[in-house]
Amino acid sequence: MSKRTLMLGNEAIAQGLMESCCMMATSYPGTPASEILSTFAALQKKRSDKRHIQWAVNEKVAFEIAYTGSMAGLRTAVSMKQVGLNVASDPLMSAAYLGVKGGFVVISADDPGPHSSQTEQDSRLMAMMARIPVLDPDSPRQAKEMVATAFELSEAFKIPVMLRPTTRVCHARQDIEPGSVPSCKPEVDFQKEPTRWAATPKFRFHLHQELEKKLNDVSRYSKTAPVRLNIEAKASSALIASGVAAAHAKEVLEDLNLWQVIPMYQVLQPFPLHQEFISHMINTYDEILVLEETTGVIEMQLADRSRVKGKLSHSVPMVGELLPETIRKIVGEFAGIGTERMDIPSEPGVRPTLCAGCPHRAAFFAVKKAAPKGIYPSDIGCYTLGLNLGAVDTVLCMGAAVSQAAGFYHAYKNEEKRPDIVATIGDSTFFHAGIPALVDAVVQNVRFVLVILDNRTTAMTGNQPTPAMGIGAVGESLTSVDIERVVEGSGVGFCRVGDPYDLKEFISLLKEAVKYSRENGPAVVISRHPCLLDRFRKETPTRQPVKVEVADTCDGCAFCIQHFECPALVFNETEEQVRIDPILCNGCGVCISVCPKKSIKEVKDA
Amino acid sequence: MNNSIRQQIVISGVGGQGVLFITRLLAEAAIIKGLSVFTSETHGMAQRGGTVLSHLKVGNFASPLIQPGNANGLLALKPDSMARHGYFLKSDAWAVVNSREDVIAKPGIWAYTIDAENLAQRIHNPKAVNLILLGFAIAVVSKALEKSLFCAFEDVITVLQHRLAKKKQMLDDAVKAIETGFDGFLNQLFFEHNTEIGQKNH
Repeated sequence: MSKRTLMLGNEAIAQGLMESCCMMATSYPGTPASEILSTFAALQKKRSDKRHIQWAVNEKVAFEIAYTGSMAGLRTAVSMKQVGLNVASDPLMSAAYLGVKGGFVVISADDPGPHSSQTEQDSRLMAMMARIPVLDPDSPRQAKEMVATAFELSEAFKIPVMLRPTTRVCHARQDIEPGSVPSCKPEVDFQKEPTRWAATPKFRFHLHQELEKKLNDVSRYSKTAPVRLNIEAKASSALIASGVAAAHAKEVLEDLNLWQVIPMYQVLQPFPLHQEFISHMINTYDEILVLEETTGVIEMQLADRSRVKGKLSHSVPMVGELLPETIRKIVGEFAGIGTERMDIPSEPGVRPTLCAGCPHRAAFFAVKKAAPKGIYPSDIGCYTLGLNLGAVDTVLCMGAAVSQAAGFYHAYKNEEKRPDIVATIGDSTFFHAGIPALVDAVVQNVRFVLVILDNRTTAMTGNQPTPAMGIGAVGESLTSVDIERVVEGSGVGFCRVGDPYDLKEFISLLKEAVKYSRENGPAVVISRHPCLLDRFRKETPTRQPVKVEVADTCDGCAFCIQHFECPALVFNETEEQVRIDPILCNGCGVCISVCPKKSIKEVKDA
Repeated sequence: MNNSIRQQIVISGVGGQGVLFITRLLAEAAIIKGLSVFTSETHGMAQRGGTVLSHLKVGNFASPLIQPGNANGLLALKPDSMARHGYFLKSDAWAVVNSREDVIAKPGIWAYTIDAENLAQRIHNPKAVNLILLGFAIAVVSKALEKSLFCAFEDVITVLQHRLAKKKQMLDDAVKAIETGFDGFLNQLFFEHNTEIGQKNH
């Protein structure tokens, strides 16, 4: 069999990190970046040399750990999704000034579309703001190559370097030949230099000057210069593209028989754009089309507005993914040839839903029972899908459920009638950004209930461990942090644990918490039941699956479907009754307590 | 490396059906045939039962995505996938659909249906709808249409043997599922029960 293997973009990046002797890698999981660290950890398992690989509590902490490894002389990397970089933006801005010692690569995966994110933001703008170079790969193979380039660039100019893949790179697979991993013997040597590593504002001014000089030199660095792809093409107009938009554009030019007509340039380093390239383009072409995702970063660095067509000139959409069919239309218009119109049906897709038997579903049902007219702030994770049950009113960003609950409380507190507020947050999200907000809520005596949906894992992104699990990225044993003790230590007076599968008891517990919160202040209920998909699940199941059936007394009211929304509950149109899909049902038995007519019953084996 | 083969296949379904798994099997089969391959996958929230779509491009390509109107084939794990993702197909493309009933295809498209869920129940492997459809697709393309898929039935089995080398029971179940789909088409031929819309070819 060939040496080529099928690699996911994120696996290719991890392989690149390994081949480049990256000695420390940190991350917080987030689509589309999650598989970078898990693959790096899996590769490490086969090796005898030592590396530090960890899931951190959030992206800021992940960034600071990896960055400091670089200060101590190691090659290090931190990976995250684009909104994670918002969380890590504080150390990012400062690290750009301080510079690096060992190569330091910040991998921020963007999600144009967006497919699985709250924004379509362009991390390259964060690189611009921080004043660090950014590389923009077009494929898994190029992403792997760019990891090596990024380390070289970082060490050549003593600067953090960003690698910005997008969903279509991270979650594409390609046949790639893995390179060899050298035996890495790095020297750890932190050299004290307080005017740099602990610089006061006065020194920061000098560091800023130094940074601008570095950037000026980076914009002349030949290894990351734009590439002219089709030397044979000659015209007075040209095309510039970067990232996966460049990959689509190559195919589109070939399809439209324009490969030998329109000169195409691929930008590898969108910021800082190479100075010679800017002058060459402006001096050579009358018209320049720029294709990039998601913001016009290359476009805004090309000074001559009258000749540049892109997002700013509305030739390219400002919003959404640049799909090949969109690029085809834009390039066709740019070349003055018509392209046939595509009729793409707008069939609505199937909406995602919590798994059958998901403990979150039971918890959400209980929340609605305990505070039927409440306001329900929620957060980022699988449980955002509580939307389908009408038990999620707001989703802003990681950890915001708690502070939004506070915001609603303060907004309503002087009103005569105050709504009950029940916020939901996942265990991993609670650790990530919920704790400071909870401390704040205690201080301000915010009267609300926080339900921590503790399924013992980070489920949405592929079941990475949380700080409560005591398991590391490479499977090693770690210390675990107890959620109850964190809550109690924050000063919350009411903290109770319940299993949402015991629906009736759980609803009474929540009612008690709501009552407490009305009179006293914040109450926390930890809804504890392990995720059905969790591969780390250690506990042996304490309960046997319950076999359920719908009795003939079902009058087809569909209350269960509307308010419990389990995919295993199916409405049979001909019989006008609800049926259980035996393949999907996992036997949680919660629906028995949901049916108002008591028509869902346990089947006892005779 | 064989540079002449270029095939583009769309695989559509909902999260949890194993769209990613059969995409990987086909992609790895391309590699053992010495071909270049690109796939693009849906991850994240959609995997919780939402619509998922894989693009598979075999041969020399730069982009991981298939343009509408360019796909040679569609594997649809849900009956309504044809309506939702049929626009990816070329005018002479094939489609295989997991469906109890006939599906409406565009003129010129050869659409074949199989009740993969029923067959999966029959072989006591209700989650194997994806593999049954894959076996069915290989049979359709190689036996019914005068086309050839970039890989053969045996190549997919080789990939499975490699992937599930340490999991004998899973391997046996998977092979059985693919064979069930493959034989499912041969049985349809025998009973002349296959459904083609647009063109008749035998």
